[in-house]
Amino acid sequence: MADEKHDPGKPDGAEIDLHRRRLLLAGAAAGIAGTAGAAIGIHDGELGGPSQTIRGEMPWAPGSADSPPGAAGTGYRYFKPAEVAFIEAAVGRLIPDDSVGPGAVQAGVPFFLDRQLDGPYGRGDHFFLGGPWPKGTPQQGYQSRFNPAQLYRAAIEAIDKYVAANLKGASFARLQAEEQDKVLKGLESNEVVLEDGVDAKTFFDMLLQNTKEGYFSDPIYGGNKDIGAWKMIGFPGAHYDYLEWVERHGERVPYPPVGFKGRAGWREGGQ
Amino acid sequence: MSKTLKPVDVVMVGFGWTGAIMGQQLCDAGLEVLALERGPWRDTASDFATGFAQDELRYMWRHHLFQNLTYDTLTVRNKVGEEALPMRRLGSFLLGTGVGSGGVHWNGQIWRFLPTDFLTKSHNEKRYGKKSVTDYDLTVQDWGITYDELEPFYNQFDLLCGTSGKAGNLNGQIQPGGNPFEGPRSSEYPTPAMKQTYGPALFGQAAASLGRHPFPHPTGNLSRPYTNPLGAQLGACTYCGFCEKFGCGNYSKASPQTTVLPYLLRKPNFTLRTESEVLRIEVTPDKKRATGVTYVNSAGEEFFQPAEMIILSAYVLHNVRLLLLSGIGAPYDPSTGEGVVGKNYAYQTMSSVNVFFDDKIINPFIGAGALATVIDDFNGDNFDHGGLGFIGGAYIAGMVTGGRPIEMIYTPQGTPSWGLPWKHAAAKNYLRSFNFSIHGSSMSTRGNYLSLDPTYRDNHGRPMLRMTFDFSQNDLKMSDFLTDRAAEVARAMNPREIKVNRRSRPWSVVPYQTTHNTGGAIMGANPKDSVINKYLQVWDVPNVFSMGSGAFPQNAGYNPTATVAALAYHSAREILTRYLKQPGPLVQA
Repeated sequence: MADEKHDPGKPDGAEIDLHRRRLLLAGAAAGIAGTAGAAIGIHDGELGGPSQTIRGEMPWAPGSADSPPGAAGTGYRYFKPAEVAFIEAAVGRLIPDDSVGPGAVQAGVPFFLDRQLDGPYGRGDHFFLGGPWPKGTPQQGYQSRFNPAQLYRAAIEAIDKYVAANLKGASFARLQAEEQDKVLKGLESNEVVLEDGVDAKTFFDMLLQNTKEGYFSDPIYGGNKDIGAWKMIGFPGAHYDYLEWVERHGERVPYPPVGFKGRAGWREGGQ
Repeated sequence: MSKTLKPVDVVMVGFGWTGAIMGQQLCDAGLEVLALERGPWRDTASDFATGFAQDELRYMWRHHLFQNLTYDTLTVRNKVGEEALPMRRLGSFLLGTGVGSGGVHWNGQIWRFLPTDFLTKSHNEKRYGKKSVTDYDLTVQDWGITYDELEPFYNQFDLLCGTSGKAGNLNGQIQPGGNPFEGPRSSEYPTPAMKQTYGPALFGQAAASLGRHPFPHPTGNLSRPYTNPLGAQLGACTYCGFCEKFGCGNYSKASPQTTVLPYLLRKPNFTLRTESEVLRIEVTPDKKRATGVTYVNSAGEEFFQPAEMIILSAYVLHNVRLLLLSGIGAPYDPSTGEGVVGKNYAYQTMSSVNVFFDDKIINPFIGAGALATVIDDFNGDNFDHGGLGFIGGAYIAGMVTGGRPIEMIYTPQGTPSWGLPWKHAAAKNYLRSFNFSIHGSSMSTRGNYLSLDPTYRDNHGRPMLRMTFDFSQNDLKMSDFLTDRAAEVARAMNPREIKVNRRSRPWSVVPYQTTHNTGGAIMGANPKDSVINKYLQVWDVPNVFSMGSGAFPQNAGYNPTATVAALAYHSAREILTRYLKQPGPLVQA
């Protein structure tokens, strides 16, 4: 037996307080990431929980279920007022509102983005951010030293600077919709060149991806308000069992969309 | 200073599919086995229960079950001479971590390679001439093992998983409803094929109308409840559509957790230690024998774990890196073609076709990881390559694995990726479209290889792995030919329109393609051109065995897991029947 202290009747794993997913790793992780001051607070498991020695039975511990974090509270935590203006304007152009379905603003995407940037994702959880940082080829993907929260902050400032310098003093949020679209297309194609080391396309790609994430993810994360985006496309959400529908080819599945917290209709006694 | 622990018979590095299989086989023979896993413990009830498993944001886009690159990643470049830079964000492939690893979040696509896939060099040379295997700098090799040798072990994996499918070739007799091109199977699948949803059913009708041979994709998502030979019970899949990239909350997807661990963890001679990362394999000064491994736990404590045998059962990229870091085997040098470790890295050549209807509700959210109707008419050497200018092939699958809306909304050709036109296209097409996957082989070339990076280091200060890869002209020609065949099937469905997504150079680390990295620790018939013999035993250090797809000298047009598992079972049998009696080389060099 390798572990001399081990008692076969009592696996070590069962003795460990399994709050390993909530461990504070600030010091170590920030050092590795090479992002000074970017403390990583919540970590989702690998390399950081206490080492467990498991023998004799399947481990299980009360209170260890890894339920999702969700988004809490109201109002903005990460975005500053000028940033809120930019974000609401930009995501409103990426997914505009009309009778077909909600726009990104109506779906709560700005709130979703705020909570994402205020949390582990914003701090670069799961990103490698260590140096050196040459620009690389497009095929080499994300090569910024910024974590997502830092990139949003730097990019929004740089875009407003660009707008001020090239579009007569207005901030992005105060441009007409057509002009906003022109700037967004310029970011997307990298034709707009930003200052302060911000790669326009890198930011645009992240903003568009995160916007769609907020629009289509479970409402617990703060976007997809009233499950409006799922209703628009016909996705029934977190349904668990479609067995009886597998061979009913071409029929419309009648279930209204449901999220982790159920759906509004349940609370109202409706369908 | 590392603390020396009490010796064990076997130490395993990494605990996914191959770790679970080898652990079970070796523990049943009475060996004292210790598995070291650098990630955390994971199990269905706590980590991906049905109440929260179906979370696209968290699992797919926030990479909750995947390797955390903050601590360790690899560097990538397209060719020698380019500066390799770190993969800072997962994209092209999604590396696993933790107990079960990729076996937790795989699709459950269970394929056997074709008999000729094991003879890539000799078979193609014989049928199409010597140039067919050397054009475009190809460096393909034979595997040193045959399909017939592996068949019983493929079967063993099917029995473990309860694979759902329909045999197409039973002991040489072609069976209706199955894949007529497959190698002979010694028995029918343990459970019947899954029922097909609308998209795959339409694919099958269209393919048959063109004279192709459609059949249901073999799945590790089970069509009915099943109890495997270890007594583990799996449930019937509910087609929830959250399979690949997710853990199954329903015990319906074969994984180490659902098929092996409840049995193995109760063995008194098996120990699993999590959050314990192996830094290197220790070898004697003459490099003829490994003495054990040095590992570090999450508290930063370092240990030397002596062992009689070392099983590398981590993912291919980690196994290859550990060999390089430990100085085992000569590193491959693409400028001379000398050396073996890191040689013949290959991937998978993926393309797709999207099909859009006005009049058909596909309901893409009804799905499972391997749910598809497939044709294999143009895979491997199932068709005459004469005059085509390439070797290899692909299966074409009308596949509906789920309709997760951040990832899986298809919009017609020319649709912008944002704005009202995008939103309207998403609303119009989501229920009425689906995807064909063209799952192509990847032939090894002289310039595609794995090595240690000269600049970037992981959190332990070790050089990262460096991947040098681009698609070969052979594979792009193959992929174009196959994509055209898929488009024919798509048009035969009389859709409103189709969208053809071809594969092109250069390979990019950004868009997801597939987590089927292969090679770098390849198997073969002699130590001059391979790292391991047919029993996965390292030629140079015979008490080290290297599992996984690193063994593939090139990659076939199929998902690798069943072949990885069969090779592990085959290796285990030889260890138990021969190696333990007389430890030493199982094949004389």
